[in-house]
Amino acid sequence: MSSSLKDLYQEIILDHSRNPKNFGLLEEYDRKANGTNPLCGDKVTIFLKLVGNVIGEAKFDARGCAISIASASMMTEMVKGKSIDEAKILFEKFTSLVTGQCYKVNDLEELETLSGVKDFPTRIKCATLPWHAMVAAIEESDEEVKTE
Amino acid sequence: MATKVVGEITHPVFDVNVLRQDFPILTEEVYGKPFTYLDSAASAQKPRQVIEAISKVYSTEYSNVHRGVHYMSQKATDAMEEAREKIRSFINASSIREIIFVRGATEGINLIASSWGRRNLSAGDEIILTMLEHHSNIVPWQLIAEEVGASLKVVPIDRDGVLDMETYSNLLSDKTKFVAVTHVSNALGTILPVTELIRLAHERGAKVLVDGCQAAPHMKIDVRSLDADFYVLSGHKIYGPSGIGILYGKEKLLEAMPPYQGGGEMIDVVTFDKTTYADLPFKFEAGTPHIAGAIGMGAAVNYITAVGLDNIAAHENDLLKYGTNKLKGIDSLEIVGQAPEKAAILSFNLTGVHPHDVGTILDREGIAVRTGHHCAQPVMDYFDIASTVRASLGLYNNRSDIDALVAALERVKEIFG
Repeated sequence: MSSSLKDLYQEIILDHSRNPKNFGLLEEYDRKANGTNPLCGDKVTIFLKLVGNVIGEAKFDARGCAISIASASMMTEMVKGKSIDEAKILFEKFTSLVTGQCYKVNDLEELETLSGVKDFPTRIKCATLPWHAMVAAIEESDEEVKTE
Repeated sequence: MATKVVGEITHPVFDVNVLRQDFPILTEEVYGKPFTYLDSAASAQKPRQVIEAISKVYSTEYSNVHRGVHYMSQKATDAMEEAREKIRSFINASSIREIIFVRGATEGINLIASSWGRRNLSAGDEIILTMLEHHSNIVPWQLIAEEVGASLKVVPIDRDGVLDMETYSNLLSDKTKFVAVTHVSNALGTILPVTELIRLAHERGAKVLVDGCQAAPHMKIDVRSLDADFYVLSGHKIYGPSGIGILYGKEKLLEAMPPYQGGGEMIDVVTFDKTTYADLPFKFEAGTPHIAGAIGMGAAVNYITAVGLDNIAAHENDLLKYGTNKLKGIDSLEIVGQAPEKAAILSFNLTGVHPHDVGTILDREGIAVRTGHHCAQPVMDYFDIASTVRASLGLYNNRSDIDALVAALERVKEIFG
């Protein structure tokens, strides 16, 4: 297998895609947003429960590829316990990592394993879709997030 | 072995490995691997006969058409009109007046929906489509239906991807004014019984448009034998350039339709009081056309006619059978769409692996397939899936291409365990 494919489909990413964390509907939520990728028809819904300004719970429901599911799984793990502002900063860092603007970004922990996506331009949107949906949820945007 | 002339060169009758040499792009490498192209249903690669024809237009015979008195304009006009005649003959239309150059099948459908639709559809009328339609044969009808207060009826399919003819018969009524159907499904490969669909529609007095994009590269089209009222196809799917296609329409129907777009070329006399329109086909060809595209499409028609559509169909059917059997041998692979009458398309999913992930891994093996909903979301919804992997065949594909696909799918399974 080529090294970039190995980077893209690391075991940790495949694990998250097979057994995603925080997968499913959140019955009681404060914020919710949908995202779709019109190119492939993939969908994600992000649910957030807030405690004041802090994300108490985060779950997602999705139909998507290994990259988008792993990204949503790791993202929901990471943002739990973070303030809304911290979650937005994380979004900025993650986006710059997977689009190749930064090669090394601190504080991303597991999410750094998704950096291999930068070598697959057609797949970057798979990784960022759940993040855009999360930001839309935070900002209480009624509009569905689209990658196109 | 008998020989036949293709463009300027001579081939043994359908030797795929000789024909492959006509397609320069097939010698390219992708990530250091041989390029395996299995995405011809999205767009076919071009033989050098087409590439050279386009180059020749710009090098030796280019000018604007249909208006200059000078030599070069006449030369370009002759070349373009010669292409129109080739295409007329290719689909067996009665007259070149019935061959309208458009940007592609999508524009052809929009032209009919807009021009014929606005003149002939009204509130309460019904338009019948099938579940197998490409978005380009759905959305134009939604737009016109909404505008005039007509409604759409959709003919369902079964789990094999075969059209439900009984429901079609039941949907047809005196309210049915128009039927828009694909000849071959781009997502599943199903060949529709178009002759029968048209016959039944005509019994009710409805007009029929056939989207021939996926049929024209694979089978002989005869619009008169089909008795199609309108037939559209795109140049780039039949090994010609993109940005050009044709709309065929029965002359008396086209005569009665108002122009689609206004502009130069489509007029007879223009004053600020009144404009009279040019005769067919120019009434529907406003503006400077895609001259080199039309000539390139003519060259593509020459090419596939010389290779022989019967030869192409036989070769592709053999390959489709070979590919179907090979894919069926892969555990956890499910072929989506198994109609008995099928052309050149293998749509499938691997259990537990998303088509995008399959597509990315195949890509790194040098294999180009399409992943996604193939602009046919109603089909995907019916099968309750978001997307499929689609390997589609062209005249240049061979068994090695299928073997490469199968080997790469095994790699996908290794990675995803």
